[in-house]
Amino acid sequence: MAHIIIDRRKNEKGKSSVNRQRFVKRVRDQVREAVKKVIRDGDIKDIVGDKGKKVRIPGKGLDKPQFHHADSGGVSDNVRTGNDRFTQGDRIKRPPSGEGGEGGKEGSPDGEGNDEFDFHLTREEFLDLFFEDLELPDLVRKSISKIDDFAWKRAGFTVDGNPSRLNVLRSMKMSKGRRIALRSPKRKEIKVLEAELKLIEEEKLPFHIHANDHLEVEALQERQTEIIELIANLKKKMKAIPFLDDSDLRYNRWEKVPVPTTQAVMFCIMDVSYSMGEWEKEMSKRFFMLLYLFLVRNYERVDIIFIRHHSEAKECDEDEFFYSRETGGTIISPAIQLMKDIIDQRYPPSEWNIFGCQCSDGDNWGEDTGNVTHMLTQQILPIVQYYAYCEIDKSGGMDSDIWAYYEKVKESANNFEMAVVTDVSEIYPVFRGLFEKRERSVT
Amino acid sequence: MKKCLIDSGQEWTFDFIEEVYAEIKEVAEGEFDLNTYTDQLEIISSEQMLDAYAAVGMPVMYSHWSFGEQFIKQLESYKRGYMGLAYEIVINSDPCIAYLMEENTAMMQALVIAHASFGHNHFFKNNYLFRQWTDAEGIIDYLAFAKKYIRECEEKYGIDEVEMILDAAHSLMTYGVDKYKRPEPISAKKEEALRKERNAYNQSQLNELWNTIPRTKKKKKTEEDEDKYPKEPQENILYFLEKNAPRLKDWHREIIRIVRRVSQYFYPQMQTQLMNEGFATYTHYKIMHRLHDKGLMSDGGMLEFYQSHTGVVLQPDYHDYRYKGINPYALGFAMMQDIERIATDPTQEDRDWFDSQYWVGQGDPWGAIKFAVENFKDESFVQQYLSPKIMRDFQMFTIRDDEKDPKYEVTGIHNKNGYKIIREALAKQYNIGYTIPDIQVTDVDIWGDRTMTLQHFMVNKRPLDLESTNGVLKNLSFLWGGYPIKLESVDTDGQVRAMFDIKEDATIVDIFLDDD
Repeated sequence: MAHIIIDRRKNEKGKSSVNRQRFVKRVRDQVREAVKKVIRDGDIKDIVGDKGKKVRIPGKGLDKPQFHHADSGGVSDNVRTGNDRFTQGDRIKRPPSGEGGEGGKEGSPDGEGNDEFDFHLTREEFLDLFFEDLELPDLVRKSISKIDDFAWKRAGFTVDGNPSRLNVLRSMKMSKGRRIALRSPKRKEIKVLEAELKLIEEEKLPFHIHANDHLEVEALQERQTEIIELIANLKKKMKAIPFLDDSDLRYNRWEKVPVPTTQAVMFCIMDVSYSMGEWEKEMSKRFFMLLYLFLVRNYERVDIIFIRHHSEAKECDEDEFFYSRETGGTIISPAIQLMKDIIDQRYPPSEWNIFGCQCSDGDNWGEDTGNVTHMLTQQILPIVQYYAYCEIDKSGGMDSDIWAYYEKVKESANNFEMAVVTDVSEIYPVFRGLFEKRERSVT
Repeated sequence: MKKCLIDSGQEWTFDFIEEVYAEIKEVAEGEFDLNTYTDQLEIISSEQMLDAYAAVGMPVMYSHWSFGEQFIKQLESYKRGYMGLAYEIVINSDPCIAYLMEENTAMMQALVIAHASFGHNHFFKNNYLFRQWTDAEGIIDYLAFAKKYIRECEEKYGIDEVEMILDAAHSLMTYGVDKYKRPEPISAKKEEALRKERNAYNQSQLNELWNTIPRTKKKKKTEEDEDKYPKEPQENILYFLEKNAPRLKDWHREIIRIVRRVSQYFYPQMQTQLMNEGFATYTHYKIMHRLHDKGLMSDGGMLEFYQSHTGVVLQPDYHDYRYKGINPYALGFAMMQDIERIATDPTQEDRDWFDSQYWVGQGDPWGAIKFAVENFKDESFVQQYLSPKIMRDFQMFTIRDDEKDPKYEVTGIHNKNGYKIIREALAKQYNIGYTIPDIQVTDVDIWGDRTMTLQHFMVNKRPLDLESTNGVLKNLSFLWGGYPIKLESVDTDGQVRAMFDIKEDATIVDIFLDDD
């Protein structure tokens, strides 16, 4: 049998994807911890972005035990190379902490240690774990991680379609090309024949021909008529080439493409007074992130504005927002006022979908609360799509300075939602109204 | 002179591969008289190479998370540039499949063809271990059968159920081999046909074995000895489970069988890495030189070849951060070259060392090398062919780690006193009977609580790793139907040094220290 050479490059790639999935499932617990860390440490946009996420998991716990010798104990000999100083009988100090047979043949099987190792989760894998924690209903999960809102967009041409999609220009181009292609060999032939004809006609001129060349003249004449006939025939054939053939027709091709609806701006307002600790901030971050996820899924462009406040409000970047701490009392109204100002200056409601979300532990300067509800109902809620308030309180809250007031706001508006969060899994319900509304409007 | 085929930095084409294959074949068969399976060269992309890596190099393999782990690790380290892809994978099958990566330059494709399709291929076809242990013709079909069978099990019984069996069986994978009996050849068709028959037979055997309850009352202690089971210690633990485990279903047994057969297929590769890589490297080295001599490869191509070749056969010193033990390519290649040297032009030292072996100075290097390839495995190869010159060239020395000694001791270096010591130690290092703990099933309490007892026959009093042993024994207990498992580490004096007791998922470990 002779050897064979096979090009397998076109074969399926990703043969390992099933195995990969199984592995990720297997290490789910470790990965979940790693995902939490990513959420804690990363930027909102980055976390939610398209890129895979690097996670680090401990190599231990991947249960692949094999019988093997302990690293030390008993007697073992090891041959090494590159002796540059030893002679027989030399005694060498052991390396510390039983790191004994390093480099030898033994050690754990497959040459694997128990070291941690890093790998990149795909976006799907990452979001899957992210959502699992938030206990999103499947429907919502799907709607965020997959894009299912489509519009038709031009995408090249196809050879069949209905007449209304006929692309005339492209079809004519094809037709022209085909005609040129089909005619040119005939045209060439005609050219050759015509040249010959010309030659014959020149030959026939009297001074070229001797008197007794009768036979030759006859032959030439015969050829002449033959050529004329051939040329006529070819010209006829050329004419018969159709101007437009079925194979020329080109139709516009349309393709489904996802369409996010224009643009949105998201205001993240957070109380950064000293009562907001690490845990509270992490909860807030998850809360903001979920809204962001929802927004990037639905809008083409999403701006995020971070407003931090204690007794004063300030617009800042994400880093400062989550990581710097300040002390002082809490007054909420300046933050709401700042949001309003920013909207007025930069985000006209006619062009932007505006979303607000506010996280706080519920404290407010007593006399300010009336102000806040007034501003919300009068100035903010009429121009925003949705405003969500999240009270973060391990002990269950609902007795805070602003809770009762906000409940009244909620009664009077249908685009306001609020919740107390004592655990990550309680974040989602704040948005339930938002997602449900959207689901309905999409279908 | 023929036209030059290979230049440096040149890209390959299909025509090139055809041509260069023909030239290499002419050298390999016409001049070196290599005897190979038919070649099948497959061009693949780097992603596919990563896929192939992860599935233990096989083109067809059943699904398991551990292959996914392997894949992810390799992908990550490849991405970060820690690891170049091995430029070849070759499969012991007939036809012999070798992968050529599309990224390779023309020179590299030639190198891979010489190395894999002729070097490894000749080794697979001629080495006695491969001939006895593996069935090159049947393996791909068998793996296809295994993949299909396991997928069907997953559909029927659920992925988790199948995974539990596979995990458990995998942890005993190195104990799925009959080290002394020659296995039957495998055939996918026959396998499928025989499966049902085997199931019925197994079941009847099991009934025989476990149908003891009514008899126990009549039995007396003395008679029990006659009924000791198994009669002889069993080294093939997976086989023993497949045939005797009390609670397994037919498909459990079939999966254990699959793991066992795959393990068996790889068994010769574990024992011949040094020789196999050494021979393939020697082969490509010789072939590439001949191509250069014949004007088929330019000087530039030769330089490119050397750059790659010297990287492959690099042996870092023990204190070098790159040191990862002895590089089988380096030592294997050096030993093959050394055999060539000794066969053609031996020194007095060689004559003394190799006594009066017939091949020394006979002037037939290929004959001597092919004889070695056919009749040895790493351990015996080192024992037979490691010369003082190689030990000097590699500056070898042995270090003894004795737990009773607070320090390491250098027991031998590359000098007259040390040669034999080093040779002994190195041969042992390649002896899997020495590196892999020798553990066998010695007793099953068929009259009582079905406890399975295993013995670990210690070498040099080397103990087992506690944590992993515990893990394996739990898996073993799972396959054994949840009945108790006992494992004793016994030293050469017959003294029990350690005892593992697995009962109802709890483990008790006793370690008996030396009195002195």
